Amino acid sequence: MKFTCLSKGGGFHFSPCHMLNVSGFRILLDCPLDLSSLALFSPVPVAHQAHESLDTDSVIRKKQKIEKTLDANDLVHAEPWYKTVKNLHLWDASFIDVVLISSPMGMLGLPFLTRTRDFSAKIYVTEASARIGQLLMEDLVSMHMELRQFYGPEDSCFPQWMRWEELEVLPSELRKIALGKDCEELGAWMPLYSAVDVKDCMRKVQTLKYAEEACYNGTLIVKAFSSGLEIGTCNWTINGPKKNIAYISSSIFVSMHAMDFDFLGLRGNDLIIYSDFSSLDKNMENDDTYFDPVTSSSGRDDVSNLEEMAASLLKDDESAEEIEKLVFICACALDSVRVGGSVLVPIDRLGVVLCLLEQMSLLLESSSLKVPIYIISSVAEELLAFTNIIPEWVCKQRQEKLFSGEPLFAHVKLIKERKIHVFPAVHSPELLTNWQEPCVVFCPNWSLRLGPVVHLLRHWCSDPNSLLVLESGVDADIALLPFKPMAMKVLQCSFLSGLSLQKVQPLLKILQPKLVLFPKDLSCKIQISEANMIFLFSENETLRIPSSKESTDIDIATDLASKFRWKTFKQETITRLEGELFMDHGKHRLLSGFQPANSKQQRPLVHWGSPDVKVLLTELSKMGISGTIKQVTDDAKSEDDAKSENAAAIIDIHDPEKALIDVRETGTVIIAANENLASHIVKAVDIVLDGI
Amino acid sequence: MFDCGMHMGYTDSRRYPDFSLISNTGDFDNALTCVVVTHFHLDHIGALPYFTEVCGYKGPIYMTYPTKALAPLMLEDYRKNMDRRGEDEQFTSDHITECMKKVIPVDLKQTVQVDKDLQIRAYYAGHVIGAAMFYAKVGDAAMVYTGDYNMTPDRHLGAAQIDRLQLDLVITESTYATTIRDSRYGREREFLKAVHTCIAAGGKVLIPTFALGRAQELCILLEDYWERMNLKVPIYFSAGLTIQANMYYKMLINWTSQKIKETYATRNAFDFKNVRNFDRSLINAPGPCVLFATPGMIVGGFSLEVFMQWAPSEMNLVTLPGYCVAGTIGHKLMSGKPTKIDLDKDTQIDVRCQIHQLSFSPHTDAKGIMDLVKFLSPKHAILVHGEKPKMATLKERIQSELGIPCYCPANNETVTVPSTHYVKADASETFIRSCLNPNFKFSTYSSVDKSYLDSKYSKAASGLQVSDERVAEGILVVEKGKKAKVIHQDELLLMLGDKKHEVQFAYCFPMHTERLQKTRTEELPSADTLLCDLDKCTLINQLSMKLSNELSDANILDLGEQLQVESFRVSICSKNSCPHRLSHSVHNDSESVFLCCHWSLRDEKLAWKIISIMKSSSPHTT
Repeated sequence: MKFTCLSKGGGFHFSPCHMLNVSGFRILLDCPLDLSSLALFSPVPVAHQAHESLDTDSVIRKKQKIEKTLDANDLVHAEPWYKTVKNLHLWDASFIDVVLISSPMGMLGLPFLTRTRDFSAKIYVTEASARIGQLLMEDLVSMHMELRQFYGPEDSCFPQWMRWEELEVLPSELRKIALGKDCEELGAWMPLYSAVDVKDCMRKVQTLKYAEEACYNGTLIVKAFSSGLEIGTCNWTINGPKKNIAYISSSIFVSMHAMDFDFLGLRGNDLIIYSDFSSLDKNMENDDTYFDPVTSSSGRDDVSNLEEMAASLLKDDESAEEIEKLVFICACALDSVRVGGSVLVPIDRLGVVLCLLEQMSLLLESSSLKVPIYIISSVAEELLAFTNIIPEWVCKQRQEKLFSGEPLFAHVKLIKERKIHVFPAVHSPELLTNWQEPCVVFCPNWSLRLGPVVHLLRHWCSDPNSLLVLESGVDADIALLPFKPMAMKVLQCSFLSGLSLQKVQPLLKILQPKLVLFPKDLSCKIQISEANMIFLFSENETLRIPSSKESTDIDIATDLASKFRWKTFKQETITRLEGELFMDHGKHRLLSGFQPANSKQQRPLVHWGSPDVKVLLTELSKMGISGTIKQVTDDAKSEDDAKSENAAAIIDIHDPEKALIDVRETGTVIIAANENLASHIVKAVDIVLDGI
Repeated sequence: MFDCGMHMGYTDSRRYPDFSLISNTGDFDNALTCVVVTHFHLDHIGALPYFTEVCGYKGPIYMTYPTKALAPLMLEDYRKNMDRRGEDEQFTSDHITECMKKVIPVDLKQTVQVDKDLQIRAYYAGHVIGAAMFYAKVGDAAMVYTGDYNMTPDRHLGAAQIDRLQLDLVITESTYATTIRDSRYGREREFLKAVHTCIAAGGKVLIPTFALGRAQELCILLEDYWERMNLKVPIYFSAGLTIQANMYYKMLINWTSQKIKETYATRNAFDFKNVRNFDRSLINAPGPCVLFATPGMIVGGFSLEVFMQWAPSEMNLVTLPGYCVAGTIGHKLMSGKPTKIDLDKDTQIDVRCQIHQLSFSPHTDAKGIMDLVKFLSPKHAILVHGEKPKMATLKERIQSELGIPCYCPANNETVTVPSTHYVKADASETFIRSCLNPNFKFSTYSSVDKSYLDSKYSKAASGLQVSDERVAEGILVVEKGKKAKVIHQDELLLMLGDKKHEVQFAYCFPMHTERLQKTRTEELPSADTLLCDLDKCTLINQLSMKLSNELSDANILDLGEQLQVESFRVSICSKNSCPHRLSHSVHNDSESVFLCCHWSLRDEKLAWKIISIMKSSSPHTT
C-alpha cells in the first residue's frame, strides 16, 4: 500500500486531499478547491476605479510600493481563476480508479477532473453530499457568470496576471496566494468549469447512503460512515482482500444538524488514515493545550471500559459551546439591528446557517423587533427545501421531529410565516419590492469576492451600526481590502470543524488499529502511546506501508471441499484443488463450477521422491507387465546428461510389448509405442512415487 | 423475527401471533436477536406494541424511517377504532409511544451490524411508503425476507429494487400467487369512471382505507383527475387520517417514485388542493362527495359508521380494495352480491349501493413473484402471506420452472433449510497471482470423443468448451493444529522439503517418406547420413500443416526444427541410436527419418492423438 498526501488543505472549506494505492487500485480522497485564494482578485465594484494595470507607470509605482501597506489597487483586476489542489495536476487523471468524496466541499474541484479526457474513475459520494455539492457548484458557476459579464469573455487562454512580470510586482502577501510558499503552485490555477461540466460530473457520480456497501471491481468494498461535520459528510472504510482501511476526515462527535460521527462503524480496521487537520488551524491561535495522554488512558481496555470511553467521547461539551457561539452572534446581531444597522452573514456552512436561522428568528421574535431575514442565493430555495426531506442524514434530535410530524428545520415554518424571505439574487424583483432595512442577510460567498455579499458589503461598509459576521480562518485584512475604509463592525467567529486533539487518543483506543497514518504537523502536539504503530506523513511525500498479511483468505465451499481426494503424508494432508475461483465483495471464494467429468485429473501431475526400481518392477508384474533391469554405465550410452546420473537404471519391458523405462534420480522417462501400455506404466510409477 | 402483525379477521387473542413458539418462558430477549418490521401495515406491525409492552420484549427493533414515522399513526388509528368495541388484550396509546422509542430507524441499503454475527440491510419494496425487503446474513448464510412488495411502479411509489445476492433462502409474499395483471392504466380508468359516474349523478363515494398508503395513492390519482376534468366536488379525509399524514409524506418524499421526488423544490406532490377535513355532521349533508374513511376493509369504526348510513342508497358507491381479510364486512361485500349484511344479532344493514372493487393493488402479481425469485435464484424459497391452494400452485411453478426447492408452511409449522458454509484457508501469494493470469484452454466438442457425449453437456456438443486450469494448480495443505493453506503446486515441494521427480514420456519412431528422400538426394547427392536443416524444416512444416488440419483447436508452435503442442515436442532425430527408440532394426533404413517425441503427463491424451495422426499421415506425405 502506498499513501501520498497531496495537500493538507486549509480550514473547513478546503479539505485535505490524498492519493492512496491499495490492492493495485489508485484511490483519490477528495478533490476540493482552494476558494480562499480568490482573495487575490478584486471583486467587481472596485474594478473600474483602477484599470491601468498595463500602464508601465503604475507598474513602477507598484514596485516601489511593495513594502507599503496593501490597498485595493494591488489586487488582480481580472476574471478570477480558481486554485485546485496544488499537487493533483502532477498525477495522470486517467490512472485514478476510484475517487472518494467525503464532503460537499471536497467535490468542488471534481468537474476539473471529470472533464479531462480518459478520466474513467468511479466516484463515490454520499447522496446528501452529492446534492449539496452540486448546488454549491451550480451557485459558484452562476456567481462567476455574473463577474464574467463584467469582464467580458477572456480573449486568450493565458491571462495577463499570470505573466511573470505581473506576478513579480505583486505584493508579497498576494504573491504567496498566487504562487504558494515555494513558488510552485501556479500550475494549480484553472479557469472555472461550466454548468455543463458540473452536469457531466454529476452524471459520473455514484451516490451512496451511509453504511451502504459499494463494491469496486469485486475487490474493494467502500462504505461511508457519517462524520458529523456537515449534512452528508462522511468517513470511509476501504476493505480489500489484504487491507482494511479507515479514512477519518474532519469529524464532530455530536452535531446540532448533521448525523453524529459514527466512529463505531470504523472499528475493526487494521489501518487508520487520520486526516483531520482542523486542530492545526485552531491551535495556531492558542497553542497551550498540550495534551497529556497518561491522564485519560489509565484504565485497561476491557469491554466495559471501551463502552465507557465511547460514551465519554460523545459527552456533549463541544456542542454546548457551539450553541453559545450562535447565541452570541445572534445577540451581537440584535444589538446592531436595535440601533438601525443591518447584519450581513456571508457564512457558507449549511449546518451553521440553518441553526443560526432558527436562533436568530427566535431571538428576533422574543425581542419583538420586526426585522426581516433575507437569504439571497441562486440555490437557496432548493437547498432549504432539500434540507427538509433528508431525515436520514440529520442528527437524532431532528430525526425525532420527523417522528412527531414536525419539519426537521424551523425555516420551513418561518418561510411560510414570511419571517424569512428567500431570493435568488440581489436584483430579483421580489427582493426589490420586499426590501426593508435594517435586516439580516445570509448570502454567499465567504471569500467576499463573489456573489451577493459583494454588493451588500459595498452598500453597508461605511455604516458603523451594521455588522459583518465572518468565519475565522478568513484572512480579514486581505478579504476586506476592496471595501476599505470599513466603518462596519466585523465579528469573526470560529466554528467547530473537527476533532479536538484530546479526543484522538481515546478514539484510537476504541478503534484499535494496528497502524495509524498521522499528520506530521500534528504529531508534535499529541503524544500517542503506541509510537511504533504510527506512520507520520507530510505533504507530497509517499509512504509505503508494508502489508500486514502474508497470505490471502480464501473460502472453500463445503460441498466442494467434501469431494476432494485427500492424500496423507508425514504430517500434512494434501489435495489438489478443483472448482472455480471467484472474487466477490473482496473475498476469494472457491465454488464448485462447471467441469466435465472426464477433464478431472485423476492422476498426479507432480511427483517427488526417488523410485525404487525393484518395487516398480513388482508393481508392473502385478499388472501383467514384465521386464528386466539393466544397470546403465557411463560409457554404454553416449547420452549427454547420462554421465551425471548415478542411480540410473533402465527397465526393459518385453511383455506384452517392448517398452523402456529410464529411471533416474531426478526423473523418469517412459518410452512406449502403445498408449495403453504407457498409461499402465505410469500407474505403476504413481504407486512407487509420491505425487499429487 | 421478521414482522409482528395481527390478523384483522379476529377480535380475540387469535389476532396476535403465538409468541410462545419463540419462548415458552417469555424470555424473548434471549430468544431473539432483533425484530425487523418491513412496513407499517397492521398485518405486519399490529402486534408490535403488544409484544414489546405487554409481552415484554426489550431487544432492538429495526424498521425504515418512514415506517417508524408512520407506524404510530396507523396503530393509533386502529386502536381508537377498536376501543369502541371494548375489547381486552388491547394496547394503549402510551404503549405505542413506548414501543416506538425502541425502534432503530434504518435507511435503504444501509448495512446494519446488529450484533457480532448478524447483518441486515433494507431494499426498496414499493407497496407502501417505507416498505422494505430485508436481507439478513449470519456468517456465510444469507436470506431475503420480502415483506409485501410491488414489482411495478404505481402513482406515487417506485418498483421494488434489490441487488443480485447469493442467498440460501428467499421468503416471499404470495398474495396474488396465481393472478397475472394487465396494464395499470386501464384499471385506474375504471376506478375513475366509477367514481365520476357516481358523483355526476349526485351520489356519495365511500373509500374505506387504512390511514396511510392506499389513501395517498388514490388521492394523487383523484387530484390529478379533478384537475384535468375541472371537478369541484369535495374530497374529504375522515378525522385523524391523513391531512397530518401528508406532512410526513412531504418529508419522506425521497421514498416515493422518481417522478414525484423531483417535485420537492417547486410543488410537493403531497400538497393536495381539493382535500378537506370531514366532519361527522357532513355524513347526511346533501350533494355529492368523495370520502376517504378509516379503517380499511370496513373492519369497524368510522368507515362502518358511514357505510351504515350510505349503503342503503343506490346512488352511492363503495370502493373496496382487491383483497379483504375473511371476517370483515369488506370480505362479505366482495363475496357475491349481498343485499343484506348482518352486523351482529340485532343490526342488519340494507346494501343497495354500488360496489366497485379496485383491481389494482400494491402487491406484486404471480409474474412479479416469479421474476423476483428467478432474479435472486436462491437455493430455497418459502411462500408466505397468501391463500393455501394458490400458494401450492405457485410452489409447483417455482420448483418446476426454476428448479428451486420451495415450501409453503402452515402456521406454526417449522421448515429447516440448510445453509452455505465455507472452509476458511490461507492462500499463498503465488497461487493468487497465478490465478490472476487467465490460462484458458479452448477445445471444441467433437463427436469422436465419446466421453463428452456422456456428460450432461452433450446437447451443446457443437459448442466451444473453455477450460481453465488455474485452480487445479492449487494444492490444499492441512496440517494438524494449523490453518489450512492453499499453495501453488510449484511451492509444494519447497514446503515438503522433497525433490521433484519428473515423469515424462518419450517415443522415437521412424517415418517413411519417399518424397523427402528424393529431394534430399537431388540437392545433396554426396550427403550420406544427415538431413540438412532446410529439409528438417520442410518436414516439420508439413507435419505442422497436417496437424493443424486435424487438430483445429490446438495451439501448434512451429519452431523451425521442432514442433510444439502444449508440452508435446517433436523433432527429427538424427542420432544413430536414440535412447527413446524401441526398435533398432530400422535405423539404417535410408528412406525413413526418425521423429523423436517427448511430452509430460499432463498432455498424455493429446500426445497419443498427435502421434497417431503423424503415423497415419506418413504414407501419404507428398
